[in-house]
Amino acid sequence: MRAEPKTFHPLLVTDEPSETVRYLTSGVLIRLNRVTQELEPELAVSWKTASGGRQITFQLRDGVSFSDGAPFSAEDVAFTLRAMMDPNLRSPMADSFGPGPVRVEVSGTARLTVTFPAPVAGLERLFDQVSILSAQSPKKEMAGLGPFLVAEHQPGSHLRLTRNPNYWKREASGRRLPYLDSIRLDIQQNRETEMLRFRRGQIHLINNLDPELFERLAAETAAAAQDAGVSLESEQLWFNQVARAPLAAHKKTWFRSRNFRAAVSQAIQRQDICHVVFRGRAMPAPGPVSPANRFWFNAALKPAPSNPAEALRRLQAEGFELQAGLLRDRQGNPVEFSVITNSGNRNRERVAAMIQQDLKPLGIRLNVVTLDFPSLLERITRNFQYEACLLGLVNVDLDPSAQMNFWLSSASNHPWNPNQKSPETLWEAEIDRLMRAQAAAVEPQKRKGYFDEVQQIAVREAPSIDLVFKNALAAVSPALRNVTPAVLRPQTYWNVERIYFAK
Amino acid sequence: MKNTARHLAAGILALVFSASLLAGLLSPARYDQQFRDFPNASPSRQFPLGTDELGRDRLSRLLYGSRVSLLLAPAAALLATLLAGVLGATAGYLGGSPERLAAASMDLFLSLPWLFLLVTVRATLPLNVSPLVSLGITFLLLGALGWAAPARVVRAGTAALRDSEFILAARACGCRSSRLLLRHVLPNLKPVLSAQFWISIPVFIVSEANLGLLGLGVAEPLPSWGNLLRELENYQAVLANPCRLAPLFLLVLVMGCFQAILPREDFTA
Repeated sequence: MRAEPKTFHPLLVTDEPSETVRYLTSGVLIRLNRVTQELEPELAVSWKTASGGRQITFQLRDGVSFSDGAPFSAEDVAFTLRAMMDPNLRSPMADSFGPGPVRVEVSGTARLTVTFPAPVAGLERLFDQVSILSAQSPKKEMAGLGPFLVAEHQPGSHLRLTRNPNYWKREASGRRLPYLDSIRLDIQQNRETEMLRFRRGQIHLINNLDPELFERLAAETAAAAQDAGVSLESEQLWFNQVARAPLAAHKKTWFRSRNFRAAVSQAIQRQDICHVVFRGRAMPAPGPVSPANRFWFNAALKPAPSNPAEALRRLQAEGFELQAGLLRDRQGNPVEFSVITNSGNRNRERVAAMIQQDLKPLGIRLNVVTLDFPSLLERITRNFQYEACLLGLVNVDLDPSAQMNFWLSSASNHPWNPNQKSPETLWEAEIDRLMRAQAAAVEPQKRKGYFDEVQQIAVREAPSIDLVFKNALAAVSPALRNVTPAVLRPQTYWNVERIYFAK
Repeated sequence: MKNTARHLAAGILALVFSASLLAGLLSPARYDQQFRDFPNASPSRQFPLGTDELGRDRLSRLLYGSRVSLLLAPAAALLATLLAGVLGATAGYLGGSPERLAAASMDLFLSLPWLFLLVTVRATLPLNVSPLVSLGITFLLLGALGWAAPARVVRAGTAALRDSEFILAARACGCRSSRLLLRHVLPNLKPVLSAQFWISIPVFIVSEANLGLLGLGVAEPLPSWGNLLRELENYQAVLANPCRLAPLFLLVLVMGCFQAILPREDFTA
């Protein structure tokens, strides 16, 4: 893990280390299979949605106990849902289920029906994130239904998880899972040290490996370097389109011009970025959604090849002119802007240097500025004192409803122009409409139709230039068995209960 | 023997300075030209020191980077020494409360966490500046912030001169304070100021290198010793291609030479 978990309360998780602990120690009703991307029964043996996505009925598994021995029943699920929706707890997961009171009806020990005030898109999938708490156990959130339980926490050093003796899953022969007796989660920020310890056999699994380290590992121990393919993580460049941003008027005009943004996008050699920066372990982005998101990706979109000549023609059509190696707009202003990115991320700095080089033939001067992360956040979310920004986007949820905070023009994470009172462009109004329509629809194919359109608009208007999707790279000790890295988190230990050491 | 070493050091410095000034002629390629088919290439006839991670010729970047670091570090050292001379000499000459106030300010200045402050200051500067301007800003900042340590030495030197007989004699003859300071005190501080200037140069070179390691300092695509040293973060890549050590070697060599040519008597002045 890169950092200390911020919480051990499964309903309050917002950071990745806490999510890791939650995944390993908690039980859920429905689990999203990280490889097939299909929903699978866990603590619920079956479920059925009704009332247009407002209601869901679960049939629960019998004979399951929490780690402290307390029996699992429908009352625990009801307790969990009420706790999660309690505004005083401020659970981040409650937002996904929408506002308003939730009605939970328990019928017997193994059956319950949950009714929401309004239809919830992709309702079943949301339960992959809801860890069930014990209503009776005195340990409450520390009593889990997952394969492991927290046995030791040394702040700044490590966490030790031990096998849950009451875990409900068994292998075909009847042997109780998990196979491993304990797991040590080391808190390690330095990637070089992490790799060194992996080589020494002190660490057995590393997620999200840097391409450079991955290449080195592959050269040494090919079997240990595992590439799960294109992930959901992307690199993006966007221009500041905030009307009240303290920028020169002519720059605002450039950044709000679709042709300008599209020309910049067209000039960037994405294939070179994949080859040089990510050592071939990435793919040029065809749009805002990764092909790794099997259902929601719009397969009609293809990565656009770089075409500087066409990009220049596009700019000339917009009134720009290339004079003595320098591009000037209609008023004669030289086209020069800065791109900010976070310091310390070498790959991102390299991407910025490559874009700088790609824009040179168009006569565009790009200044690359690296800032510490708090300063960068201040600029892109509060004072808007920036021109363009290069950052990565980590998408942990497959469903577009989880991305409302990115797509809606009124959203705070709408990167190029957040918190709009009403959509400032027609195409943003259209995206708002489509995103709301997909969130209100229940039929998956209908929802996909809406989201496909959103992706097409995003590619056409290029408010955020999608550069590349990185591969999910992992280091897996050859001593381990049953490790199948997936592109979704948690990459290497999504099936932790079935992982074991070779004898 | 000492003179030979000094001459040798001066010769090496002259060579390095000349090579950096003639970077345009000596470089096999432009410092920002990306040979994207050859990232991380090993040394070859085309790329004598290999290429960096973006396929840029390492020798060309080293030559241009030396120009940047070697020309601007003395400029920053000059600025710091001038500020130190003015503030240190004035405080030392006036004595009493002004001297105590200046001494306290210097101590306070030296105790501040400059690295964090530089990061903050860099973040508040305008973004849209060319790499060349960012370079100027970086060294200007280093120079403007590097006055306190030499100022302490200058103040101590001035305080020692303040009560010397020739100053008393000049004062007794009716010499005004400004004339005393400019004509009698400052010329006697020349060895101190000279030593502080020479000492500051390698300090600023290393400071810029530290900023470069943090991803701050000189902006892409302009090379400097600081951002060239970032290649050393990856120790295995260094083992694979020891040419990555070239900027470190040059930095150590130049700093060693600076130390060798420093007049010894200046240290004791």
